[in-house]
Amino acid sequence: MSRDNQETDWQPAADQDVLIARANMLAGIRSFFQQRSVLEVDTPSLSQGTITDVYLEPLSSSCQSIDEGKQSLYLQTSPEFAMKRLLAAGSGCIYQICRAFRDDEMGRFHNPEFLMLEWYRIGFDHQKLMVEMDELLAAILNTEPSDTISYQELFLQRLKIDPLSCSDEDLQSLVFDKANGPKLEQRDEMLHCLFSILIEPELGIKRPLMVFDFPASQSALAKLSNTDPRVASRFEVYYQGVELANGFHELQDAEEQRQRFIEDNQQRKLLGKQQRKLDERFLAALENGLPDCAGVALGLDRLLMLKLEKKAIAQVMTFPIDRA
Amino acid sequence: MAKYSTNEFRSGLKLLLDNEPCSIIENEIVKPGKGQAFNRVKIRNLITNRVVERTYKSGESVEAADVLDVDLQYLYSDGEMWHFMDVDTFEQIAADKTAVGDNYKWLCEQDICNLTLWNDTPIAITPPNHVVLEVTDTDPGLRGDTSGGGTKPAKLVTGAVVNVPLFINIGDKLKVDTRSGDYVSRAK
Repeated sequence: MSRDNQETDWQPAADQDVLIARANMLAGIRSFFQQRSVLEVDTPSLSQGTITDVYLEPLSSSCQSIDEGKQSLYLQTSPEFAMKRLLAAGSGCIYQICRAFRDDEMGRFHNPEFLMLEWYRIGFDHQKLMVEMDELLAAILNTEPSDTISYQELFLQRLKIDPLSCSDEDLQSLVFDKANGPKLEQRDEMLHCLFSILIEPELGIKRPLMVFDFPASQSALAKLSNTDPRVASRFEVYYQGVELANGFHELQDAEEQRQRFIEDNQQRKLLGKQQRKLDERFLAALENGLPDCAGVALGLDRLLMLKLEKKAIAQVMTFPIDRA
Repeated sequence: MAKYSTNEFRSGLKLLLDNEPCSIIENEIVKPGKGQAFNRVKIRNLITNRVVERTYKSGESVEAADVLDVDLQYLYSDGEMWHFMDVDTFEQIAADKTAVGDNYKWLCEQDICNLTLWNDTPIAITPPNHVVLEVTDTDPGLRGDTSGGGTKPAKLVTGAVVNVPLFINIGDKLKVDTRSGDYVSRAK
């Protein structure tokens, strides 16, 4: 981290035009959802529970008034669990614009703290939510209608390999030969490597591209597909080579969700990572009953960066982490 | 052996890659929202100067190359080796033909040059951006023509050939830009 410019570090990284564009973007999003009668909600950033994701690390804090500071309080990596608890309690369709926090994420498109838009639509599946996502992008970025492609078709097109049926050895040779990458242990890591090094930088150059039906091993909190159990009802949005959003047709089955959390933890253990306590309040909400819905999270700093044709998200933030 | 974690990657960091010293030119972190992060790195091999791209799994450790940049004074060449000296300690070190390469043309006795040492052996040298060298051979100068216009080749004391204005004579001292090999001006 640069400590060279202590005298000028107090100044914002974003100039006044960016502040105005940011305010206009937020106003545009709020009006988009107001017109559709989606309710804006506000859930806490700190929580006693957190995610079990294998490749996400939460930041944590503590508070003297809770168990004399011995209980960890996690900063949310996304507002997903809290918003689903609202949905289970009968909130109806909701959206939120909030801060999300992720440890160890720094770079052109990453800052440990960032602004997220997350919304849930009752009665939608991931395909229907992709249509609404497209309308939001058109409203905010003035983009042409998006292209869509399945994860499988994308790999076949770009790398001539079927990600759902090929062998681990085939994937590993591509990692070596095409991505100049290392020996990897996990199949998903090979897929992540090929996707982010070879495929992602070229996605959605002219208009946004939505990739749907990710491998079941990367289902996270999405339902598995009814027609092909090898894939999950999950989609991601890319524009100009940047990942903008991740959405699910949400998993409702509490038992399956618990099982996935446990598998996450087993995977974490295998990779030498700390295992995490399950968020029982979230699981209790699922047991109570989550309505059939689809939800998606969109990175707003990246959205603004693309809108303003900037090279890095730090240029559209008031105080990115190195001057926060 | 010292190691660097990918968290420490930044441009200029020296790594050992396939047993050869390399320097990071560009480091970019790519991370899918729900997936493993990778460092995509552009690296220059300091011996061959070739640039390659490599992908590392974030959190991995990579062997460090013991590479050091030092400023040393050029003393002389014995025809086979080029000899440099640390002006503080008077310690001497010799660089071979591979390390010096085409830069022999810009080595002027007593100039301070930058040497890249790997395990204490020079692997590259960078002469000063500007050096002053004497003309040993060129066509006779055109008196009075100081406006420029045409150019002609001139051979310098080190063997370098540069294009110079027509008014330059044998014995003139010239200031030359070593990065481009271009004539800059006549030196006093």
